[in-house]
Amino acid sequence: MPIAQAHATFKQESHMRTRFTVNGEAREVEHDTRTTLLDALRDQLGLTGTKKGCDHGQCGACTVLLNGKRVNSCLCLAAMHEGDEVTTIEGLGSPEALNALQKAFVAKDGYQCGFCTPGQIVSATAMLEELRAGDPSFASASLEGEMPLDDAEIAERMSGNLCRCSAYPLIREAIAMAAEVKS
Amino acid sequence: MRDFEYSRAETLSGAAGQIGEGASVVAGGTNLLDLMKIQVMSPARLVDISRIGELQGISDDGEGLRIGALATNSELAADGRIRSGWPLLSRAILAGASAQIRNKATTGGNLLQRTRCPYFYDTAMACNKRSPGEGCAAQEGVGRMLAIFGTSEHCLAAHPSDMAVALTALRAEVEIRSKEGETRRLPVTELYRLPGDRPDLETVLAPGEIITAVRLPAPMAETRQVYSKVRDRASYAFALVSVAAVVQMDGDRIGSASLAFGGVAPRPWTDPEVDQALVGAAPGDEAFGNAADVLVAQAQCHPDTEFKKPLLRRTLIAALREATGLAETATGASTARIPA
Repeated sequence: MPIAQAHATFKQESHMRTRFTVNGEAREVEHDTRTTLLDALRDQLGLTGTKKGCDHGQCGACTVLLNGKRVNSCLCLAAMHEGDEVTTIEGLGSPEALNALQKAFVAKDGYQCGFCTPGQIVSATAMLEELRAGDPSFASASLEGEMPLDDAEIAERMSGNLCRCSAYPLIREAIAMAAEVKS
Repeated sequence: MRDFEYSRAETLSGAAGQIGEGASVVAGGTNLLDLMKIQVMSPARLVDISRIGELQGISDDGEGLRIGALATNSELAADGRIRSGWPLLSRAILAGASAQIRNKATTGGNLLQRTRCPYFYDTAMACNKRSPGEGCAAQEGVGRMLAIFGTSEHCLAAHPSDMAVALTALRAEVEIRSKEGETRRLPVTELYRLPGDRPDLETVLAPGEIITAVRLPAPMAETRQVYSKVRDRASYAFALVSVAAVVQMDGDRIGSASLAFGGVAPRPWTDPEVDQALVGAAPGDEAFGNAADVLVAQAQCHPDTEFKKPLLRRTLIAALREATGLAETATGASTARIPA
């Protein structure tokens, strides 16, 4: 359920209608050509868990899963995602039923102010999938074989998510903890 | 962001019909949308090519790989064939951007991405690339990231891609389709124009031409490939300098070397004299130092980029040590071997 109902008025000089699936539900948004996926999620669908940090793809606070892959929703035009499947932090767990990563962030205190946390958790969700698929990273000693989940790998693979409180060590611990729970 | 019209092309010929004056092609959008938000770019129309099937996928055509222009950076870096046969390409891509960006950024878009010169980004400063004839604020400005080769009095901007540097050392070609549907192929380096007195003209693409694919030639047996990148942060930062090296040994001598350099020029930089200086040499710091001297002698530095000369020299020597097996990887591991 959306935690807030927002109905921001977009400029509608170039009016459009786009349908996509958000957290398993079919949604339709009316928007201007310029509207980003991030703004459509927050301002029109009321899904404010996805945060608007830098709005330039540098901080990762707006990370969502797009057809299962992590992307910066601030660098996606809503118009380009007709028919796509979007998963936001609201789709991963709820206050009543936290998922393994959310529990681990709480257990390890993997945040301070919490603003980057939804992006961190959505990003880490995809990151663990990438590891399972054997995708290498810049930190990987070999491009082949199983990829280890050590601290250096987690740091490199999460470098698209900034934390201005610099809770990085605990964020990495939380991710390592959740990965162990899952495996 | 300025208002624009949006249209989606389902086919290449459909796209050709939509690309006209004032239009930009959009695929991953990671660079273009960022620039549109700050109004450095304000196209009147966006033609969305991201759904065109003909531009997707990576296929083995018997002579190497054909990489569709829409293949994402992530797809490329993780592709099993690329990891084993062209590991340099995987390494270079993984050395750039973040996982989120690599999931959206496309092969064609990576080649055509714009410079990160701070004066190009700042609409209050003079920039001949953004506004031809306005001047170049970088000349008297502050600029740690500026280029040292191939620049002009009108532009000091560096091309930011890591992927393009690897593709250049691997002698890849770009496949281009004209508005009329004709296809031509160019080596990656020939895609780019040096700034001269028209820094705004960055490539040789004619109006309406689009990049459809990149072609990787079959790998040579037993080459060692290294991508060595130096940057201000450990991750998610552009190169101060980078070196892509593909080296083939002939006994205990260097048989051939194909080098390309990033972060130092308006395009992936190459210098045939540097490659040639290594052929037939016994691997060692004397030969590597000589080659590095040949390269660095051509540099023309802004006061803020003087440091790039010794940095590039040392990075090249370190990369060549790895590429000739004299040293294990210093950077973690950017060396890999092609199976014969």
